[in-house]
Amino acid sequence: MSANVGIVIVSHSPKVAEGAADMVRQMVGAEVPVAWTGGNPDGGLGTSVPAIIEAIDKAWSDSGVAILVDLGGAETNSEMAVEMLDQDRQGKVVVCNAPIVEGAVIAAAEAASGASLADVKKTAEELSPQ
Amino acid sequence: MTEATNSTLLTHSAGLHARPTLKLTILAKTFAAKIELAVKPEGPWIDAKSVVKVMAMKAPKGSTLHFRASGDKAEEAVAAIVALVDRDFDEAAEGEKAAHG
Repeated sequence: MSANVGIVIVSHSPKVAEGAADMVRQMVGAEVPVAWTGGNPDGGLGTSVPAIIEAIDKAWSDSGVAILVDLGGAETNSEMAVEMLDQDRQGKVVVCNAPIVEGAVIAAAEAASGASLADVKKTAEELSPQ
Repeated sequence: MTEATNSTLLTHSAGLHARPTLKLTILAKTFAAKIELAVKPEGPWIDAKSVVKVMAMKAPKGSTLHFRASGDKAEEAVAAIVALVDRDFDEAAEGEKAAHG
């Protein structure tokens, strides 16, 4: 079977991240690997690089992983997490410039059809104002 | 190169909202053929494989959905999608609690 692109959701709030992941699972299905992370290690709002790397591992697919983020630090920490991956995996992980919830669902819908990582990212980014 | 067209009435209570749209586009993407839909027989025709574009149509309950496809297995594609709409997107068993999905 072909491996579908995986989706990682990175929010400052664990509730937002988990809720968005629930929407992906219920609206798109289980054929797309999904992982989420949110909150800092102290239980507050925030994001953490090691937790993002863990989520990337969890949603890993050889076809690649698309990350959906909310604000500021979620994006910079996600980019940092990507930079810390092995060289050969770095090229297979992208951060999408798209709204976190809608982007996650639509990226997953695209991924469910076996689309490439580039197409998954492009479809999610169609949601952002041009 | 084969071409196919068909139309059916959209009876889903929420119209072509998020979940029905996702099911329709995911099914459309399983076919290689170019598949489009419209709420009027003269168009405008929307790419049935684009979640964003299909959701933007905001087709309400009671719309007649027109489908056309061209390419490999065009007839099969249109038949499968019309069948999905006619089955009310398989949502009967999923209950009313998420009716606005």
